[in-house]
Amino acid sequence: MWAYEKILEYPIKITHKDVKFAKFLFSQYGGPDGELSTALRYLNQRYTMPTMQTKALLTDIGTEELAHLEIIATMIYQLLKDATPEELSQAGLGGYYAQHDHAPFYLDSSGVPWTAAYIGTLGEPIADLYDDLAAEQKSRATYQYLINLTDDLDIKDILRFLLEREIVHFQRFKEAIAELQTLKSKQ
Amino acid sequence: MDSKQCNNISREDLLMRIREIQFLVIDFNLFLDNHPQEKQVLNEYNKATKQLISLKKMYEVKFGVLTNFGYSTSQYPWTWINEPWPWENGI
Repeated sequence: MWAYEKILEYPIKITHKDVKFAKFLFSQYGGPDGELSTALRYLNQRYTMPTMQTKALLTDIGTEELAHLEIIATMIYQLLKDATPEELSQAGLGGYYAQHDHAPFYLDSSGVPWTAAYIGTLGEPIADLYDDLAAEQKSRATYQYLINLTDDLDIKDILRFLLEREIVHFQRFKEAIAELQTLKSKQ
Repeated sequence: MDSKQCNNISREDLLMRIREIQFLVIDFNLFLDNHPQEKQVLNEYNKATKQLISLKKMYEVKFGVLTNFGYSTSQYPWTWINEPWPWENGI
């Protein structure tokens, strides 16, 4: 069971439309290393985790990633909200508008639709946890590139929060791997 | 924050307060998943959680429920459908 709360994990203050940046942000919505990929990756890998700690960790980080997916969707929604079809078209989102109007959709920044092929579940906990370490680093790097692509301080601030969360998740996964390896060496 | 202070606080400020405590709780939670024996962190988690529960209660009396599906009771009429939703105003 999941519960929804009517509060964002981090507040979003977007004061003006920015179609160009919204297009870049899709990388973290439906991109290979975006929030949809990380959330679905962890929530699917948890079923075959071997310890109490790792089952809980994958459930909780997967859940937090869903909250980050909502933050990205909210940013895209607000950045596009008042854009005219002409403005969308000029920013390279004319084709997007023709299919989705102003709704967010699971595509990357080049318009490629999300696919389950982006993520993996081997069912082997060490392999899956290393995959998660890589996922966090790729997501962190993508946030850094997005920060480099904007001068808007409010947007940079939200992206920095999300980047820092990826670093925390990376640390937690690292601890989980170390713990599993200690257990293994005792067997 | 006592209930008197809460009477004057804006919706946005109260949500910000809730968000700050919730952030602590999330971070402690992830740490505790790996370190269930860390008593001091667990105490901090419980302390922050109590504060979070009471802040949410204050909020819900004033502005409607934050959660549904039996996590909190609603005033009449059903407040769950109240706007704005988080993506509409970014809070």
